[in-house]
Amino acid sequence: MKARDRELYAAGIALLATVAIGSALVMIVGRGPGHVWNQMVVRVVTDPARLGQVVYRATALALTGLAVSVALDAGLFNIAGEAQLTAGVLACAVVGAGLPEGTPWLVAIPLCALAAAAAGGAIGALIGAGRAYRSAHEVITSIMLNEIVAAIVLWIGNTFLFENGTTTGPPIIAGARLPQLIGGSSANASVAIAAAAVIAVWWLRARTTWGHALRAVGRDPEAARAVGISVERMQVVAMTLAGALAGLAATNFVLGDRHAFEEGLGRGFGFIGLSSALLGRLNPLGIAAASVVLAFLSVGGLAVEDLVPKELPEMLQGVVVIAIAAAVPWTKRKARA
Amino acid sequence: MISVTLDKSYGEARVLRGAKLDVIDGSVHALVGENGAGKSTLVKILAGIVPADGGSLSAGDRSIDLARWDRRTARAAGIGIVQQHGAFAGTLSVVENAVLGAEGGPLLELAPTAKALAALGERVGLPIDPWARCDALSLGAAQRAEIVAALHAGAKWLVLDEPTAVLAPVEVDGLLATLRALARAGTTIVLVTHKLDEVRAVADAVTVLRAGQTVATFGKDASSAEIARAMVGAELPAPGRVEAPGESAARALELAGVGVTRALFDVSLTVRAGELVGVAGVDGNGQRELARAIAGLEPCTGRIAIAGRDVSTSSVRDRLAAGLAHVPEDRHHGGLVLDATIADNLSLGRADVTGRFAIDRAAVARFADARIAELDIRPPEPGAIARTLSGGNQQKIVIGRELSRPKLAAVVASQPTRGVDLGAVLRIHDQLRAAAKAGAGVLVISADLDELLALCHRIVVLLRGRIVGEAAAATGVRDTLGALMTGATA
Repeated sequence: MKARDRELYAAGIALLATVAIGSALVMIVGRGPGHVWNQMVVRVVTDPARLGQVVYRATALALTGLAVSVALDAGLFNIAGEAQLTAGVLACAVVGAGLPEGTPWLVAIPLCALAAAAAGGAIGALIGAGRAYRSAHEVITSIMLNEIVAAIVLWIGNTFLFENGTTTGPPIIAGARLPQLIGGSSANASVAIAAAAVIAVWWLRARTTWGHALRAVGRDPEAARAVGISVERMQVVAMTLAGALAGLAATNFVLGDRHAFEEGLGRGFGFIGLSSALLGRLNPLGIAAASVVLAFLSVGGLAVEDLVPKELPEMLQGVVVIAIAAAVPWTKRKARA
Repeated sequence: MISVTLDKSYGEARVLRGAKLDVIDGSVHALVGENGAGKSTLVKILAGIVPADGGSLSAGDRSIDLARWDRRTARAAGIGIVQQHGAFAGTLSVVENAVLGAEGGPLLELAPTAKALAALGERVGLPIDPWARCDALSLGAAQRAEIVAALHAGAKWLVLDEPTAVLAPVEVDGLLATLRALARAGTTIVLVTHKLDEVRAVADAVTVLRAGQTVATFGKDASSAEIARAMVGAELPAPGRVEAPGESAARALELAGVGVTRALFDVSLTVRAGELVGVAGVDGNGQRELARAIAGLEPCTGRIAIAGRDVSTSSVRDRLAAGLAHVPEDRHHGGLVLDATIADNLSLGRADVTGRFAIDRAAVARFADARIAELDIRPPEPGAIARTLSGGNQQKIVIGRELSRPKLAAVVASQPTRGVDLGAVLRIHDQLRAAAKAGAGVLVISADLDELLALCHRIVVLLRGRIVGEAAAATGVRDTLGALMTGATA
């Protein structure tokens, strides 16, 4: 079995297992699984607003998923997606609101996106540098930074941004707003940013010496070092890029949807990015597909709220990760036997 | 009498195809063959470590059901094994390792076992300290401990997988004598090896494996040439020699007072362009640090120059750019990215092949095909994953990547043929000679003195981090160098 087929196979098995476990849970709450799954698909596919929500969520998940995969390619586990995204949201909204009214979109949107990426990237760089030069394990620093950044951002919001008793900051200028795509949903043009990122990361990873060096560092740092690759620099760059990708997801929320800084905006997507990266088997195109699947699960879950508790589909996003973790070694064994 | 016929496949690779081995009780039976011939797999099945796909096995007069054959039943049947890289856990003592998996009850009673191990070791001429932690033992001592533990576990058939690969010449002689003594006392020995002189010294019978099949069985009086022919299936070509360069040749690699903390002291050495210089010594005497210091992977004091350029403070990348090629000692840790393809490994870090940023995939494919053809890498598929290749072919990838560097001035090859089959050894030696012929200074670091004698113009001996002697490679210096390696003469 070829490596790519094996990955597809593993993802397929994980999805089947997820459906099976989901079905069991549906039966526990006293419903027929066939009916629930069927309704889930029908209600999402036939409702443009819900389809739009799938696009909206998938946009963010693709970016936060890439943020996990790029780091993992270098052998680092980036679970600071939350911190990076939150920092990105703040930076994006502050720049968007601070630009002079009347700034053309061609200037405003790249600036806001750049600010979001820079803020996320700075946090990634911090984690990467800690790991590379001070042997501070990235998982520990990531967990800590998630807390620290959330607190700092909230403090900044409370002190400087939130307007009279709300938890919403000043609105961004009109020129920084991304067009909505599907009426009644939050889907917006930032899906193009996510698509560009997917393709760019795919190209970097598969077709450049940088991408090969990145993966060599992740697979065998000693071998990478022996051929003259600077492992430490690579780790810092990978974490910076990862953070920038997570930060970029802020464009989806700020420029495309809420048009302002809001407390809690984008929360949770940094973590679910882990699911999309693992389900997508670290392949950028796979991550894009996995993001759509995961987005469908959560939108579909809300769509069948009257049939099953809405926590159930949320739970399935975690089940997917466990299933893929179990399926990968299994397919590897199969391939060897 | 042990008698086996075995089949085994890993994926699509048929490693054993009806390989047959018959061992008479109380004999020393050598099992030889190139790497990838299936020797290790055969003995691992025999010892119950790896399950067989099919075949038959009888030990003594009972026929054994291979489907239910595992380490525990093999142990109970009296088959002990000492594996190539050792199986003892480093953080445990010898006695703890010896009882691991063979505990009689819920309580550990180590003292009686320790006493028995020490006594047994004394009796068979393999003195051991049962309370020593295994990671504190030398490779030779750890191996002795494993042999004694296997005998203590009641092994009547003792399998040793390349036991001499890590030993100094004197230790090898000692081990071979012990094996003979054990055989005389009734233990049957199955000895897996690459080295024909060992076979000649100790074996009562020789079985030759090639590509998973038994191709020949010889008695005591077979000649090395006969056995070698059976191993490779053809006459070995006589190696060409490279003329030693004169004193006037440029200095390709210069070390002056190079030291690495606690490992290497004041090493000064010059390799001239076109010269092959060997570094002999028992593993663990600073060889690893020497190679890593030259490559820029280990901080060191002193001065290092490549092709006349001082690179003492340069990065790995700059040293490679200055004309260095480095073959790391362990292809599994530092030599290869095992989960990457042959082509990716061959072009790893080779910006001259891939292009600086965007990879020129056609160029990489051409480069990979050329190296695969030049070194006869098998399978000849650039897309094959390095991990799935045999040790010899993996090593050829490293050699192919390193020796094909442009503007090659100096080569540091660490243990370039360790655990590599005879055919691959010849190719790798040819490549090293060709590099020297093309004008590079080649430093070969090897624990195999015979390899250095065959390959190099000049040999220095490293002992406890210092160069303790030097000799031009010629017949007659083997014993001198061997003595220097162990510090027997000062």
